[in-house]
Amino acid sequence: MASNTDTGDFVRMCLFAALIAALGLLPKFDLPFLAGVPVTAQTLGVMLAGVVLGARNGALAVSLLIFIVALGMPLLAGGRGGLGIFFGPSGGFLLGWIPGAWLAGFAMSRFPVGSVPLRAFTASIAGGICAVYALGIPWLAFVAGLSLPAAALVAVVFVPGDVIKAIIVAVLVSALPVSQLQAGR
Amino acid sequence: MIAGYLYPPTWLHRIPARLKLLILFGVATVLLVQQDWRIFVAGLAIVVVVYAALGRQALARLALLRTLTPLLALIYVLQWYTAGHAAAAASAARLLLMIMLADLVTMTTPMQAMLDAITPLFRPLERFGIRADKIALAVALVIRFVPLLFDLWRRRQEAWRARTVRRAPLQLVRLFLLDTLQMSGHVAEALEARRIDRQAVQGDVTRQQER
Repeated sequence: MASNTDTGDFVRMCLFAALIAALGLLPKFDLPFLAGVPVTAQTLGVMLAGVVLGARNGALAVSLLIFIVALGMPLLAGGRGGLGIFFGPSGGFLLGWIPGAWLAGFAMSRFPVGSVPLRAFTASIAGGICAVYALGIPWLAFVAGLSLPAAALVAVVFVPGDVIKAIIVAVLVSALPVSQLQAGR
Repeated sequence: MIAGYLYPPTWLHRIPARLKLLILFGVATVLLVQQDWRIFVAGLAIVVVVYAALGRQALARLALLRTLTPLLALIYVLQWYTAGHAAAAASAARLLLMIMLADLVTMTTPMQAMLDAITPLFRPLERFGIRADKIALAVALVIRFVPLLFDLWRRRQEAWRARTVRRAPLQLVRLFLLDTLQMSGHVAEALEARRIDRQAVQGDVTRQQER
């Protein structure tokens, strides 16, 4: 079957890049799980990319999306895009998506302890929160001239939303056929 | 920040993409080490003049920057609290200035020119099995996939709404994800049937054999 070849991996990578974009562009009230929460669903896509595609392909999918955003396509939540994002306060969080997807995929495949949903949840927390914030907070502190604790204070508002997203990843992944989980192989 | 290509072309469109990018990163590096808020305010004034020189349409884009206001205000307050008004003004003005400068490049450079300017930078990645010439195909696929995914989602949603007035459950997202993965299989088969990706795939296979 084609989806097991290199072409299959390549297409899935492109598809997940598009999925992250689509998650950010869908009107919020359309999403059954994020109504009223002041966050975008895009990090959900980043966690999914790592957990489903694995470390390497997940990170490549996210890199591809970020590259297209840098080229000027308005594919981030709220129709944002272009080089301005990278100089803005959230630039580090955006670049943090790359190690985030990688770490989520790595954790998913290398620590096969416990049930699939539990592993997906832990991997999403490690990649989608720890790795992303590890890059995002220092960047915010740097470009905004804030101290690290002050920058962390700004970022902490988004943690509850990200934890909800990790739970959603766990629920979604538990319902996927095992054959679709590359990181779990 | 709010991207979008500016049409009709202006004088800034005629400057090569790579030169614009080099200038942007040069100016950004210099601005990062400045501390005096007056430099940034002067810079902002200059950039606004450049926007004005590009025409009314470009000036109208500046209004889109107001979505940044809450965040800039928060940064200003935090900075003011820890380091005083001068530092707070410098931080907020620097951020705004850098975003406006980067937007200038995005507004005046067609995507293809940007792609051509950046693709050679990926050559060093070839040793990790990432082919620079595959990037253009990947970009085209992603841009095509986004509306397709919207369509898949809308179909699932309409099917749900036709049957009940209750809010869509998470199950719907799961089905959407399965649709998505299924579609990737079909697209891969279509690409292989047309041998669009053939050379790239053969390259990958030989590289794997070499290892």
